[in-house]
Amino acid sequence: MIKIEMQNVALAYGHKVVVKDLTFQVMPGEIVGLIGPNGCGKSTIIKAISHVIPLYSGKILLDGQDVTKLPRRDLARLLAVVPQMPLLPSAFTAFEIVLMGRNPHLSLFQYEGPKELALAWQAMEKTGTQSLAERRVSELSGGEIQGLLIARALAQETKAILLDEPTANLDIGRQVETLDLIKSLCRDNNLAVLAALHDLNLATQYCDHLVLINNGRIHAEGTPSEVITAENIAAVYGAESCVYTHPVNGLPCVLLSAGNGRTAGFRDEMRKIEEDIG
Amino acid sequence: MNAVKISATNQATHSHLLRWRSRIYGILGLFILLVVVVILSTAIGSVHIPFLTTSSILISKLPWVEVTPTWTSALETIIFEIRLPRVILAGLVGAALATAGATYQGLFRNPLADPYLIGVAQGAALGAVIGFLLPPTWHSTGPGIIPLLAFCGAVASTATVYSLARVGKTLPVTTLILAGVALGAFLASIVSYLIISSGEKIHGIMFWLMGSFSLSQWSEAIIVLPYVLLGVIIILLYARPLNLVQLDEEQAQQLGINVERLKLILLAAATLITAAAVSFVGIIGFVGIIIPHAVRLIWGADHRFLLPLSVLTGAVFLILADLTARTVMAPTEIPVGVITAICGAPFFLYLLRHRKRVIF
Repeated sequence: MIKIEMQNVALAYGHKVVVKDLTFQVMPGEIVGLIGPNGCGKSTIIKAISHVIPLYSGKILLDGQDVTKLPRRDLARLLAVVPQMPLLPSAFTAFEIVLMGRNPHLSLFQYEGPKELALAWQAMEKTGTQSLAERRVSELSGGEIQGLLIARALAQETKAILLDEPTANLDIGRQVETLDLIKSLCRDNNLAVLAALHDLNLATQYCDHLVLINNGRIHAEGTPSEVITAENIAAVYGAESCVYTHPVNGLPCVLLSAGNGRTAGFRDEMRKIEEDIG
Repeated sequence: MNAVKISATNQATHSHLLRWRSRIYGILGLFILLVVVVILSTAIGSVHIPFLTTSSILISKLPWVEVTPTWTSALETIIFEIRLPRVILAGLVGAALATAGATYQGLFRNPLADPYLIGVAQGAALGAVIGFLLPPTWHSTGPGIIPLLAFCGAVASTATVYSLARVGKTLPVTTLILAGVALGAFLASIVSYLIISSGEKIHGIMFWLMGSFSLSQWSEAIIVLPYVLLGVIIILLYARPLNLVQLDEEQAQQLGINVERLKLILLAAATLITAAAVSFVGIIGFVGIIIPHAVRLIWGADHRFLLPLSVLTGAVFLILADLTARTVMAPTEIPVGVITAICGAPFFLYLLRHRKRVIF
């Protein structure tokens, strides 16, 4: 069981600071959702925790250890990342891609043994991707690749998982399936899960804790009911009064209505113009 | 339910193992082919020696075998002093170039990469041409000043490209390739100028630039051997990390690979074996780009097989190319670089037209 701690973290590309004053924690057995408008730095935060980009200032601790000081192999044994729509080499099969998740557990001189093959297969079973095993990656759809990447993260057998928009390419049925799977894995194995999510309703339904980011800092943080409020949504997204109560579970839910956002809908405008002419 | 699960597991792992087995058979088959090709090209030449006699002469030299000689000592001299060192050197150079090509292609994720992409060839050429132009008093010592200068030129130009392309602690691959191409063009223009002003030495220089094994001796094969052996072993060790780099660098890092260190190690090893190979025999083209693609087409893109299979295929290909180079127009020798390009270029075009499966 490990936790992810962000201590006063600032991230930058060159000297242009993207986000700053980030302080929050992801506890074991908990799903934390990172939400915010496009370009607010959700993916950047995930890259920083997996130490793919350097920190500008502050500290990120994983299991009490500074991620920038951990060797890559040790870090990859603690933390798996499900990236958003990455490039996959088309010549490999799906099974070989999942098997790559075992890399941090193997030394240079080791090849994958029966244990590695079995773990990769189990990960594909859990994510329902076992029927794809022999297919080449170039033949797979976006949703299938998403499942494969989650399977690869499972095969990695880590105690923390970061997900970058895990539902971005999925239909609503697969969205629910995927997040149900992540939730049960998180609960059963006491994983610390941090997910960047675009869909506010899914974030509300599945996350224990939300971090809303806007204009380069944390705008609001807390339980979904505390964060998804009409004021916060209006302040961050500019869309007004669209937060209602979910009829079944009482959580907040965000519904869209045309003309309520920053600009009026195209058809409304056309209608107005037509009326003016008429 | 449980039984179904187990059989499904077995099926996935079974076909995975089947694929491994076909590749291992490939390695064994190619190894046998390599032995046959070595004997064959030792047998063929201006004095034709029967295949079986050649085999027995070669076997008689193995430490644990006793064979009563039924051949003349002249034959033994032809085989051991003239033909075998040349065949061994051709095999080593072919293996080195093919391995380095596969490594660069994998590391740069670029199917057009070859061992000469980042300035090795142009650096070696400049070193060698300077060697040719030195006064004769310099040419008397040891295995020769030309290979030494060629090796230094190759290593120095790659080191320059590397340090030019470095940004802080990282080495962006595109920058590296661009720096290599730019420095290569710069060095090539100096080489062209030197060639034009080289006078009667131009014939020797051109022959070297196109690559040839005509002057091969044991001493050369023995100098090249440790470099190639060491470099190839290092590269083979990093085959699995090289597979992971086929994702992108971010994913490779998130899966536990220290990508920057991997680049440094593999670049150093691939450059070393390329430099060692070209410094004695000149710039032999097309082996480094063609062989890895051919291997990929037949056995797939997994570097754990792509690399060893490239080692063997490269050796077999270049031994056969050299055999062709010295027998087709005998007693005149064609530079082996001409043969590899004549066979290599049409094959490459064939691949471009006909490849039906994704190989890269």
